[in-house]
Amino acid sequence: MNTAAQLYTPAPHGDRAGPVIDIEKLSLTFATNDGPVHALSNIDLKIDEGDFVSFIGPSGCGKTTLLRVIADLEQPTAGRIAVNGMSPEEARLNRAYGYVFQAAALYPWRTIAGNVALPLEIMGLDAKEREARIARNMELVNLKGFEKKFPWQLSGGMQQRASIARALAVEPKLLLMDEPFGALDEIVRDHLNDQLHQLWAKTNKTVVFVTHSIPEAVYLSTKIVVLCPRPGRIYDIIDSDLPRQRTLDIRETPEFLKVAHRVREGLKAGHSYDD
Amino acid sequence: MSSIATSLPRFDTPARLAIGVLVFAVLGLTGTAFQPDLGALDLPRLSIVVTVLAILGVRYSLGFARHRVGDLVIGLVTLLSAWFLIETVANHPGLAAPGFWYLTIATWFASWLFVERMAHWRGLSPSAQKLVNLAIPLIFGATLLVLWQLVVVGAGIPQVLLPSPGAIGARLVNSVPVLWADFQQTFLKAVLAGYAIGCGSAFVVAILIDRVPFLRRGLLPIGNLVSALPIIGVAPIMVMWYGFDWPSKAAVVIIMTFFPMLVNTVAGLAAADAMQKDLMRTYAASYWQTLVKLRLPMALPFIFNALKINSTLAMIGAIVAEFFGTPIVGMGFRISTEVGRMNLDMVWAEIAVAALAGSLFYAAVALIERIATFWHPSQRG
Repeated sequence: MNTAAQLYTPAPHGDRAGPVIDIEKLSLTFATNDGPVHALSNIDLKIDEGDFVSFIGPSGCGKTTLLRVIADLEQPTAGRIAVNGMSPEEARLNRAYGYVFQAAALYPWRTIAGNVALPLEIMGLDAKEREARIARNMELVNLKGFEKKFPWQLSGGMQQRASIARALAVEPKLLLMDEPFGALDEIVRDHLNDQLHQLWAKTNKTVVFVTHSIPEAVYLSTKIVVLCPRPGRIYDIIDSDLPRQRTLDIRETPEFLKVAHRVREGLKAGHSYDD
Repeated sequence: MSSIATSLPRFDTPARLAIGVLVFAVLGLTGTAFQPDLGALDLPRLSIVVTVLAILGVRYSLGFARHRVGDLVIGLVTLLSAWFLIETVANHPGLAAPGFWYLTIATWFASWLFVERMAHWRGLSPSAQKLVNLAIPLIFGATLLVLWQLVVVGAGIPQVLLPSPGAIGARLVNSVPVLWADFQQTFLKAVLAGYAIGCGSAFVVAILIDRVPFLRRGLLPIGNLVSALPIIGVAPIMVMWYGFDWPSKAAVVIIMTFFPMLVNTVAGLAAADAMQKDLMRTYAASYWQTLVKLRLPMALPFIFNALKINSTLAMIGAIVAEFFGTPIVGMGFRISTEVGRMNLDMVWAEIAVAALAGSLFYAAVALIERIATFWHPSQRG
């Protein structure tokens, strides 16, 4: 905790329009029995409000670790990071973000509505406000009518949607998503990507999205961050010029394929396949 | 080959059992039932009933009454047969000859056949199916008791070695006030108090260990050590400390139940996986919020394991502890004194009460577990 506080230098006052996430020269080294592992090395990144940013890269490139640093689930060993102009720890304690994990991680003893209510209970909201937020967010992810079901009675895709509703119920301006659809089949995934895109367009939230799927990253993002491993570092940052309003059909257009091509080239160049 | 095989009648288990009933009925009816020379045919009621059984058994092969009512009649006639066997052998204790044993085996097979038939009943309403599912183990248990009764009385086994269920039952019915007083002293006082304090304090210590990690290294080995203490060494010491009455027995129960509960609760509190804990962290949940909303529910299956193990351990602990000094009441006290007086039927009556109480206690905990951990894969069914 001390290290995090020391690493953070307060942003100048009146800088309200500054980036939602501001990372400078950030590094993270894990000490293991086989010596230090450089999970993240010299990361520089700014994410503005309303951006949809994807981290893409092969396994071990540190994309999940970087997301966890933003969420204050890992502590960087060097560099500077600010979330909403605060240290990640302060941002977490202020419930500045919602986090969606690789698995739905719903509590099996709670109904779907009960799971969505979990963060609201922890925040100490009263029953009326909880009810309102549950109803609103269940509708947002198209799960209306499933409030009384238990997680193990729903499909994987519905479970993941419930976990998104749970993250949204906190009503954060920042949504952190760690390969949320990685375990789902392609058809369900397309469908959820479409829903997520509409959700983002509707609410104008800032989303940071970890994935290893190029079409997913290009379809969803306004900015694509290509990472490469050993040590985990940023290879390329691509600002997508695709229109903000999109449908899945956009994946057939030359503009889309151009961005996808650049991402693929970045992934190829940043990763040596000879090992 | 295959055409020959299919043309032969199929001998399934009921068919084999029916033949068994027939063979042993014939053997029994033609042999000597009791020493010195009482033939089975000299016992008209028994002979008629067993003959009916033999005929009903093979009725599927003969081709009549192939339905549930026929099966039920077999059950009823088997019951009659068992009743007549018990009644008859009571008049000739210790004098059973091969004919009697053959009739016993025939009746046993008939009961088995009845259960086999019942297990194959199809297309019942759900409530009737429930009733059948309940009846099958009950009939199985009753069959065992009848066999026990017949063997003990027929072979004249001394009651010091093994009393008959009838004798135990009679003693149980005649000694209800004594048994109730013993049950109150041992179960309602020592077991319940010791169980509640033992499990409760272990739970609290487990939370403490979790909150203050350095305690883990100190308290777990001590708990381990205490659980390894031999009960026959600890019980007399507890009597010295807490007197002859039930508190000393409750103390033994506390010692026996503490460690299983502690270890299981500590393990259960570690059962939440990293992602679930990270989730609570992203909500900035406090230690107690994480404990109540995540870690305790995750620990419930472990905690209930300990509660179930302890329900039987507590019974054993309290009964054995009473061997080392007690007022003149209590299940353990009764067992030790009645053994000395060669009243083995009373000992068995106490054992029956202890078994029943222990099973009901266990069942009650298991029922609460079912309600509390309905969400766990092992309970979803």
